[in-house]
Amino acid sequence: MNLLTALARFFIFPGLLFAIPAAWLVLWIERKSVALLQQRIGPPFGQPFFDFVKLIGKSTPARPGVNGILMRAWPLIAVSASAGAVGLLPVLPTHGGFQGDLILLLALMEIPAICMIVAGFSSRSLFGEIGSAREAVLLVSYNLVFLLAAVSIAVSQHSFRLEALASATATPWRYLGLIAILICLPAKLHVNPFSLPNAEQEIYSGPMVEYAGFELALWQLSHGLEWIAGVGLVVTLAIPPSAHLWLDVAGVLFLGLLLVLAISIIAAATARLAIDTTVRFYWQCTLAFAVLAISTTLLMRLRS
Amino acid sequence: MSLWTRLLCACRRRSPWIFHMNSGSCNGCDIELIASLTPRYDAEQLGVLLQGSPRHADILCVTGPVTQTAAPAIHTVYEQVCGPKAVVAIGSCPASTNVFIDSRVLVGPLDKHIPVDVYVPGCPPRPDAIVRGIAAAANILAERRDKTATESPVTSIANPEGARP
Repeated sequence: MNLLTALARFFIFPGLLFAIPAAWLVLWIERKSVALLQQRIGPPFGQPFFDFVKLIGKSTPARPGVNGILMRAWPLIAVSASAGAVGLLPVLPTHGGFQGDLILLLALMEIPAICMIVAGFSSRSLFGEIGSAREAVLLVSYNLVFLLAAVSIAVSQHSFRLEALASATATPWRYLGLIAILICLPAKLHVNPFSLPNAEQEIYSGPMVEYAGFELALWQLSHGLEWIAGVGLVVTLAIPPSAHLWLDVAGVLFLGLLLVLAISIIAAATARLAIDTTVRFYWQCTLAFAVLAISTTLLMRLRS
Repeated sequence: MSLWTRLLCACRRRSPWIFHMNSGSCNGCDIELIASLTPRYDAEQLGVLLQGSPRHADILCVTGPVTQTAAPAIHTVYEQVCGPKAVVAIGSCPASTNVFIDSRVLVGPLDKHIPVDVYVPGCPPRPDAIVRGIAAAANILAERRDKTATESPVTSIANPEGARP
C-alpha cells in the first residue's frame, strides 16, 4: 500500500471519518441496550455525540510540569493508535495491505490499554493507581489467550497478512480461534464482567479519575474506536468472502451489530468479577481453548 | 451566536453529568436522588449520568445542611468540578438548614459557601422534582457563556423569581 492509500484508509474509510460516527453509534447501542434491559427508555439517539461536544467545551484543570504534558499526551496516543487499528481492518475488497499487518494491528490494539495504565500512574491519584494496577493484571491475563488465538488463525492460513486471511475460506479451526478472541473482547473493552480497571462503584473511574474536558472526550472516543477495531477484526475474519459485494457488506454489518448487542447484553446481565476470579478464568478456562486452537491448527498443518 | 456556540449550548443542555455530594444529610434526599436514576423516573432520558469523579461532572448536587466537617470538602469538590458548572441544592436542608437550624455543628446554609443555581425544596423532594431541578440546571449551563463562571443567578423551581423556599 502506498502513502496515499494508507492516508485515505486512516482518515476516510475505514479510518476516522467512518469510524468516529460508528464509534458513537456503538457507544449509544451499549447504553441503550443496558437501559432497555432494565426497562428504562434510556439515552436519546446521538447521546455519545452530545457528550463528546459538551466535554470539548469544558475547561480542563491546569497541569504543570512534565507530568501534565504526559497526561495530556496519553489520550491523544490512545486515539491515534486505535484509529490506526481501525484503518488496518481488511474491509475493502481490494485491501492492499502488507505482509505482517496482522502483527501491527494487534500491537496497535494493545496501545490504548498501555496508555490507560500509564495515564493512571501519571495522574498520581490513588484511585487511578489502583485502576492502573488492575488494568495491568487484566492485560497480562487475557492477552496470552488473545495472542494465541490470533496466532492460531494466522497459522491455519500460513499467513500474517490480513487480506489473505480475510479472503481465504475459513476452516472450522479458525472459528475456534475467533471464539477465543470473542471471549477476550469484554476484558479488552473493560465492560462487565471484566470492568475492573474502571469500576465506578469502588474506585470511581480508575485511571480516568483526574481527566476532564477534552482529554476525557478523547478517552471516550478511544474506547469507541476500540469497540470498532475489536468487533471489526472478528467480523471481517468470520465472514467468508462471497461473489456479491452487497452480501458481504450486509453480512459484516449484521454480524457486527449482533456482536455489539451480545457483548452489551452480557455486560448488563452480569456483575463485576473480582481480580483473582478474572485471572483464574482466563488462565484456566480460556487458555485451554486457545491451546486447543493453536495445537489443532499446527497438527492440521503438519498433516497437509 | 455562532454555529459552534449554538451546538455547544444544545449539547450542554442534553448531557448534564451530575456529581452527588452529601454534606451531612440524613440520607432521605440521597435515596430520592438515586431513585430519580432508577427505571421508574429514568433521568438518563435527559442524558443525566451519575459520575464518580467531580472532574467529570457538570452539575454538583448537594444534599444536607452543611456541617463543620463537610464545609472544607464542599469547597474542595466545588473547585474540582471543571467549568462551566452549576450547583443544585437538593432538599430543604441546604436551602435553609431546615429543622437543624440552631445546631452548633452547622455552618450552613449552602449558599454561604458556594453559589447555588437551583433549589429543589422538600423534605425530601420527590424524584421527579429532582429530575426537574437537574434539567433546570442544565438549561442554566447552556445559557452560561463563559467557561469558569462563578457568579450565577439564583432560581428556584418552586419560585422562579428567585426567592428562597
